[in-house]
Amino acid sequence: MHPFTYTKPRTAQDAIRAIAAGDAGTRFIAGGTTLYDLMKLDVEAPRQILDVSTLPGIATIDTANPRELVFGAGAKMVAAATHAGLRADYPALVEALDKAASQQLRNMASLGGNLLQRTRCNYFRGGAAYACNKRSPGSGCAALNGLDRGHAVLGGSDSCIAVYPGDWAVALAAFDAVVDVQGTAGPRTIPLAQLHREPGSTPETETSLARDELILRIRVPKTPLGRASTYHKIRDRESYAFALASAAVALRMDGTRVREARIALGGLATRPWRASVAEQGLVGQVLNAATARAAGEAALRGARAGHHNGFRIELGIRTVADALLIAQERV
Amino acid sequence: MHDTIHHAAATDPAKQLQPTRRGIMIGAVAAPIIIGAAGEASGQAPGALGADAVAVRISVNGTQHDLLLDPRTSLLDLLRERLDLTGAKKGCDHGQCGACTVHLDGARVASCLTMAVQAVGRRVGTIEGVSAATGALHPMQQAFIDHDALQCGYCTPGQIMAAIACVQEGHATSPEQIREYMSGNICRCGAYVGIVAAIADAAPKMQAG
Ligand SMILES: Cc1cc2nc3c(=O)[nH]c(=O)nc-3n(C[C@H](O)[C@H](O)[C@H](O)COP(=O)(O)OP(=O)(O)OC[C@H]3O[C@@H](n4cnc5c(N)ncnc54)[C@H](O)[C@@H]3O)c2cc1C
Ligand code: SF4
Ligand code: FES
Ligand code: FES
Repeated sequence: MHPFTYTKPRTAQDAIRAIAAGDAGTRFIAGGTTLYDLMKLDVEAPRQILDVSTLPGIATIDTANPRELVFGAGAKMVAAATHAGLRADYPALVEALDKAASQQLRNMASLGGNLLQRTRCNYFRGGAAYACNKRSPGSGCAALNGLDRGHAVLGGSDSCIAVYPGDWAVALAAFDAVVDVQGTAGPRTIPLAQLHREPGSTPETETSLARDELILRIRVPKTPLGRASTYHKIRDRESYAFALASAAVALRMDGTRVREARIALGGLATRPWRASVAEQGLVGQVLNAATARAAGEAALRGARAGHHNGFRIELGIRTVADALLIAQERV
Repeated sequence: MHDTIHHAAATDPAKQLQPTRRGIMIGAVAAPIIIGAAGEASGQAPGALGADAVAVRISVNGTQHDLLLDPRTSLLDLLRERLDLTGAKKGCDHGQCGACTVHLDGARVASCLTMAVQAVGRRVGTIEGVSAATGALHPMQQAFIDHDALQCGYCTPGQIMAAIACVQEGHATSPEQIREYMSGNICRCGAYVGIVAAIADAAPKMQAG
């Protein structure tokens, strides 16, 4: 691991000032479960680390506000997963956190850092021995003709097919969440759907955040769809694994007919993937096994298989279908 | 590596006079191997103090330690290499196995992915601190023995620290819950049946105690 200096800014303002004064080697750290992990692999090599894990005022979770749920970026995953009332009213949000990582990691990781977790692509994590455009722009992509079983079937490019591995951002995408950030240019609000970028020809640029922007909080508009929601996650083992395919689904019904549906996919795409066409197709339909399956097919339309990941297209279709039927039971 | 040992010793006069078997082994045998292994990555022995060292006070099992710390040091390496608390084990060093589980302000964490500097001002609890002052085993330790919840024992300190937290969190109310909330701890010997039984057995005893 390369040497670095470690400092702990006292306020958000101090943190933003310090990062603006630095360069690309100056980085925030919260729980460290992504950044410190990648530093050990020499995939990340910051020269200056600004610890934002205990900044005052950024760890609050507020669900009492009548219009929105507010999650401070510094709050731990475990704090949101166990927050009173959330499991009953927004089960998809809680399940996305509870089915992620382990209790040890959920005690460490922050909700803001979680959004910015980096891909688990083994060629990316494996370091200099492998070509990787994301880690080393222009070097090529070892996954394109390699072991791509876990790689994306949606949103990939000729430069990179790495999956966005997180669960929480997928559930947030289904609920139209927004992210409040603050940089030297002032505060702004980014729709979660626009936070993560597809790789295109520049896979090293993963988000629309400016280098000096600090995530302050995540806001989720309150909605009656929350109750009939689920985060359905299919893994190689039953717990403590990243998604092979996942679906965040929320429903509002008129009797047996769908009035409104939300569908977002995880584990399959290069970013949290909202399936709007599939959502539209469900409106007015009677929800049953056949229409749920059709929605899954619509969600995966356009998916592209590589060498070893084709099975995850069918898996994705079934994951969406099952998620819809689970959510229906919660109406 | 030698720097590191001397710093640890400097904070504890007793250790200066009584070098441990482990200390001698590190000095005599392990150091060249470790330096060799680290050479390609950083060109520097892990834990060697650079210009970026920070002075910290860290509380482990109720004892305060004043240390000069290279900010690269993980909490796990601090415990094992400088404080001679070798209960927490290094399985993967990447948050994937749970062998390094300790408590931070009472919550279980992976000490391999916790920067030691982030433990400043917080309470670190390790397996060395769970038994009573009388030497009596913690009910969870006893239950692991009673239920043969280990084979090689390498994962066991992490399992027990995770298990104690699992009970305290209220996640040990059924075998299904125990399995789910203990999934962060891998056992290569496959002692899982005994581990689940031990936790189910110890949970009511912990609550009674
Ligand atoms: C073994 C293992 C298994 C895992 N399994 C899962 C899983 O199943 N599902 C899942 O979703 N995740 C999983 N994760 C990923 C984990 O959830 C993330 O690593 C974690 O949420 C990141 O949060 P953090 O606070 O530790 O981030 P850090 O590592 O501290 O930071 C991550 C990034 O965010 C930046 N950052 C942090 N805070 C801010 C802020 N406030 N503003 C701007 N930038 C910021 C940092 O600069 C860094 O680039 C797993 C991780 C491990 C190690
Ligand atoms: S898929 Fe992306 S992250 Fe993985 S090797 Fe290719 S360029 Fe790198
Ligand atoms: S050594 Fe920390 S989780 Fe494996
Ligand atoms: S007892 Fe050997 S790894 Fe668990």
